[in-house]
Amino acid sequence: MRIYSFCVYLFLYTPIAIIALFSFNAGRHASQLQGFSGKWYGRALDNPFVMDALETSFLVAFASATIASVLGTLAAVGLQGIRGPARALFDAVIYIAVMIPGIVIGIATLIALVTVFDQINPWLAALWPEGGAPPTLSMGVGSLIAAHAMFTMALVIIIVRARLSSLERELGEASADLYATPFGTFRQVTLPLLAPAILAGFLLSFTFSFDDFIIAFFVAGSETTLPIYIFSSIRRGVTPEINAIGTMVMGASLVLLIIAQLILRRGDRR
Amino acid sequence: MTQRERNWLLVAPAAGWFLVMLVLPLSVVFIFSFGERGAAGGYVPAFTFEQYANLPARFTAFQNTLILAPLGTLAAMLIAYPLAYQLAVRTDPKWKTILLVLVIVPFWTSILIRSYAWIYILGGRGIPALIEAMGLGDVQLIYTPFAVLIGIVYGYLPLMVFPIYVSLDRLDKRLLEASSDLGAPPLATFFKVTVPLSIPGVATGCMLVFILLMGEFLIPLLLGGGKVFFVGNALVDLFLQSRNWAFGSAVAVMLIVIMLVTVTVYMRLIARLHTSRDDVSVM
Repeated sequence: MRIYSFCVYLFLYTPIAIIALFSFNAGRHASQLQGFSGKWYGRALDNPFVMDALETSFLVAFASATIASVLGTLAAVGLQGIRGPARALFDAVIYIAVMIPGIVIGIATLIALVTVFDQINPWLAALWPEGGAPPTLSMGVGSLIAAHAMFTMALVIIIVRARLSSLERELGEASADLYATPFGTFRQVTLPLLAPAILAGFLLSFTFSFDDFIIAFFVAGSETTLPIYIFSSIRRGVTPEINAIGTMVMGASLVLLIIAQLILRRGDRR
Repeated sequence: MTQRERNWLLVAPAAGWFLVMLVLPLSVVFIFSFGERGAAGGYVPAFTFEQYANLPARFTAFQNTLILAPLGTLAAMLIAYPLAYQLAVRTDPKWKTILLVLVIVPFWTSILIRSYAWIYILGGRGIPALIEAMGLGDVQLIYTPFAVLIGIVYGYLPLMVFPIYVSLDRLDKRLLEASSDLGAPPLATFFKVTVPLSIPGVATGCMLVFILLMGEFLIPLLLGGGKVFFVGNALVDLFLQSRNWAFGSAVAVMLIVIMLVTVTVYMRLIARLHTSRDDVSVM
């Protein structure tokens, strides 16, 4: 049994290790090891396309995770006091957000936003005061942040709600008995106890957005995120540079995720 | 402001976000699926069932998805169960958390990069080269249904382990002791006590993996090399290459309908099999 488990861990981590190994390849060919070198890391970090894509990915991940954590936490707290059909409807929407394949979300968002923008843009042009160039709405960083925030908000709500329901209701009541205002109760009692869940939700949302390819593929317009860059490079052929980028992305996500998971699990145990 | 109003105020921004970014887009897909293709691509309003009548044109994509998704789910379940069992029942509590985290974490990292790794392993210089060196002849692994299956199992194994682990971890260990005290051999205890009590976790894991597999696009593309394509690949082709939004929408609606029907039937079946149900967890 122990050996079996060991083999499964080997199965899970060998491919990741292989990518890392080949990223230190000195040769040009991606699938033949020819000595050890860190040059592909330098090459990747000097590549302006990679740095642009990285910047876009960071911006999108940070913005969408922030929006999702704030609005998701507020919604989870508000939902505690809502019962009946409205609650059931909201739960169904969260369920749909998590369950619908990413590819369908990407496509649906693309055609809906393009259609809506096509309707709005002529109005904007007509209503815009003479002289200035009217703004045109199009797919790009904004639509990508909005789409990622939608999905990750559902995740944050699920995570924060799980923590909320395990918090004893009496804690809040005790605080009210001691003449704390509802806002005071929230700030001094609920929020600190929720902090681990919110932080974990933020980290998960950030890594989801940072790693997401499929939604971004449809929704990013002409913008390139890091996964989109990696995808188009793979289509052109396998190079050690992709391995170097992949290893850095994996390394960063692994660290963030392990932190998120440990925070969540410690929060559960308390 | 009453408590009630305050609650609604807190929920309102998220509700608005879901309305614009989820409910509206899905409604648009549904409406477009009854429309027609414009001369230069895109969509022309209409009310016709033509797109749905045309669905058999993408039969192979549905067929591949409906064969490989259940197969991949089953394979992942068979591999995940022993590991979940070992973690939940046989592992020192001190190590449980970190070992579990190590299983879950790969799921949250880029599926793109993880699938890319298998291009190496299954490609010409990977396992096939090893097999050839051993004198067992020439084999083609990458760009076959088998490669897609491996990619699927690899990609979604963590999602399968977690719910099974949870159900086994909650299982009252005294039941296992009682069973063995009453003279049941270990295998009988396993099949008559452990397995039935872990059915909710197995069901949750299978459902999560199956649903995600139905919409898979990257793994068939990278490891199937265009020879093994899923509904997801057909969708990308229809929306980005041929720009046939109406037909693409019908394919998307069909995919969601198949998912909903299978999941509903499956849940009913599981509920009948096992009356107590476990809560669905996404992690």
